[in-house]
Amino acid sequence: MSNTILQKKILIPGQTAMFVVDAPHIAAKARPGNFIILRVNEFGERVPLTIADRDPEAGTITLVFLVIGKSTAQLYELEEGDRLHDLCGPLGKPTHIEKTDGVVICVGGGTGIAAMHHIAKGHHEAGNHVAAVVGARNQDLLLFCDELADFCPELIVATNDGSRGMQGFVTDALRERIESGDEVAEVVAVGPVPMMEAVANLTRPYGIKTTVSLNSIMVDGIGMCGACRCTVNGRNQFACVDGPEFDGHTVDFTELRHRLGQFRSEEELSYDRFKECSCHDK
Amino acid sequence: MTNNPGKTAVGRVPMPEQPAARRARNFEEVTLGYTGEQALTEAARCLQCKRPLCQKGCPVEIDIKGFIAELVNGDLAAAHRVIRETNSLPAVCGRVCPQESQCEGSCILGKKGEPVAIGRLERYVADTFAAQDGCERLTGAQECALERDDCKVACIGGGPSSLTVAGYLSTLGVKVTVFEALHEPGGVLVYGIPEFRLPKDIVRRELEAMVEQNVEFRNNWVGGRTITVQDLFDEGYKAVFIGVGAGLPRLMNLPGENLVGVYSANEYLTRVNLGRAYRFPDHDTPVTKGRNVTVIGGGNVAMDAARTALRLGAESVRIVYRRSEEQMPARQEEVHHAREEGILFECLANPVRYNEGENYRLTSLTLQRQCLCEPDASGRLACRPVEDDFYELETDLCIIAVGTRPNPLLLDATPDLALNKWGYVAVDEETGETSIPNVFAGGDIVTGAATVISAMGAGRRAAKEIAARLLG
Repeated sequence: MSNTILQKKILIPGQTAMFVVDAPHIAAKARPGNFIILRVNEFGERVPLTIADRDPEAGTITLVFLVIGKSTAQLYELEEGDRLHDLCGPLGKPTHIEKTDGVVICVGGGTGIAAMHHIAKGHHEAGNHVAAVVGARNQDLLLFCDELADFCPELIVATNDGSRGMQGFVTDALRERIESGDEVAEVVAVGPVPMMEAVANLTRPYGIKTTVSLNSIMVDGIGMCGACRCTVNGRNQFACVDGPEFDGHTVDFTELRHRLGQFRSEEELSYDRFKECSCHDK
Repeated sequence: MTNNPGKTAVGRVPMPEQPAARRARNFEEVTLGYTGEQALTEAARCLQCKRPLCQKGCPVEIDIKGFIAELVNGDLAAAHRVIRETNSLPAVCGRVCPQESQCEGSCILGKKGEPVAIGRLERYVADTFAAQDGCERLTGAQECALERDDCKVACIGGGPSSLTVAGYLSTLGVKVTVFEALHEPGGVLVYGIPEFRLPKDIVRRELEAMVEQNVEFRNNWVGGRTITVQDLFDEGYKAVFIGVGAGLPRLMNLPGENLVGVYSANEYLTRVNLGRAYRFPDHDTPVTKGRNVTVIGGGNVAMDAARTALRLGAESVRIVYRRSEEQMPARQEEVHHAREEGILFECLANPVRYNEGENYRLTSLTLQRQCLCEPDASGRLACRPVEDDFYELETDLCIIAVGTRPNPLLLDATPDLALNKWGYVAVDEETGETSIPNVFAGGDIVTGAATVISAMGAGRRAAKEIAARLLG
């Protein structure tokens, strides 16, 4: 039945989980870069999540999320067989993918690795040489490395503590890869805002086309409200219908960061209340 | 109030309302509706004209004289049946139609005195009929034709125009499926118009009546994304109606427009209405509760946003409008209610810049004074800026309500669909048919932002044409 969670996998205990969800009509249309909007229950807010993978034959999509507040904590509590109250998509413009001779470097940080995975796969299916660069604070916080290794000829890992791959940030690994000399057609970066900004700053002097996927706050996700607007190349763009992917060299990241924080006190209030309630239940 | 049933030009029966001071702090409905006695008194004022002008003034051509006559006779079910013959959403229209420029604006009594309060009577009939017990409702229900499985019709978008198409066709036995992008159908009735002007229970009741008529609603289906027009024909639908609304908010491209604390009216109202943010944190969607709130614009949406901000606890709410109050496009009743509740009006002023305080938050608005000049294409006096006359207004929440643009999602996915010079869908005015055969369109996606009832009128025209083609 549509919206049913067919498979749940805890990727990082207490923090990150993956759902494979029955959604044939979304799976049929979804392309790399698309996202969905879901609601956990009838009181829920609309939560946008990038589609991490799709299987049109099985009629499923894969979602990966990080627990950062009440809605994602409630999502984490759902089990196989449960249904998402609402599921809407595919939304956003798909990633622009074309066959290129140069290498396409796909950079993912944190939960963004999962979202990047679908884009990397798209590039691979178009016949491009994909180098995946992934990073996290330590090896326990890495995701989707096996999935990426399945099709990426190169998987470069960076951890802050050096527990896996090189010690440092993804930008350190990226710089090294760029400096290695191959022609780089494009860098795609998906992850926390500071990471995407750092990647864009790194690639700018090299003049390498750099695409970032913006995770701005959304309400409807279909262009109706403009909550997700961001300044790109000096112009107002709606991440939900004009994006979510934009030229990273022209994104106003400072504005994005501030806009992402605008409901912080409400989010904390909501989450605290939720944690109190769940404690009483237990 | 008068109890005089004589057909003289006595005034209309006033509408009972919540007192302004109380309602300005709650989300309950402002107007309370007529009692039976009040409704009968008001209905008796109708002259039952031989050639009624009111019906011509109604975009969905309700037999107004007919339903009022049934009401005077005491046959509520018959009155309801007369309205439902042409109007699928009577409880909604009785509340939000601009009657003063339509049916009531055409009423002959209005020439010398006050017109019959047709909207209030329509609301009375719809509400009272719905409140009766199930048995009475069943006997009063419309007799539907048997459903025919050889003709199904799809509506993309679940707002007033699509609902009218669905309501009309389903009574003729056509199977209608409504594809709604959001998680609740209703369109602007759900995400736009606030609870205190149109309670969501009323909308739900009208939708339930359609489900009883076998209309199917599929929520979370985005036209152009989840499903395309071609997909629908491939699935066997014989006709498609596009009623996706105007959608995208128009912003003003001023410096500081993306500061925290600057909202489009669409975002603000969608959070509060669709997301029930006025019940945060019991409902999860948050909204900024401003202290000194400014709303830019002079239409109904601006009034809704301003009155909502007041109810969320603002200390002061100002409407900033570039022309003078006489030129405001909002309904008089809305302006009147807003003023009663304490909304301030800052007319002949236009924002030029949003000013930033700490942490990228809005702290004030720089306005430029305007003066009136020659009328523009709309016939209203236009305005122009007064040179070098700027001033600052302290505000921590600014809501921009200056109109909308066409939503690109379905249009981009339907390249064969011809558009007009404003970027909206071009249609045959008589039938509502687009450049693609058997694809019809109506409502804001054709006209740009307009009223609920004009969208319903467009839906009705398209539905008549679809019925004629499918049923012969």
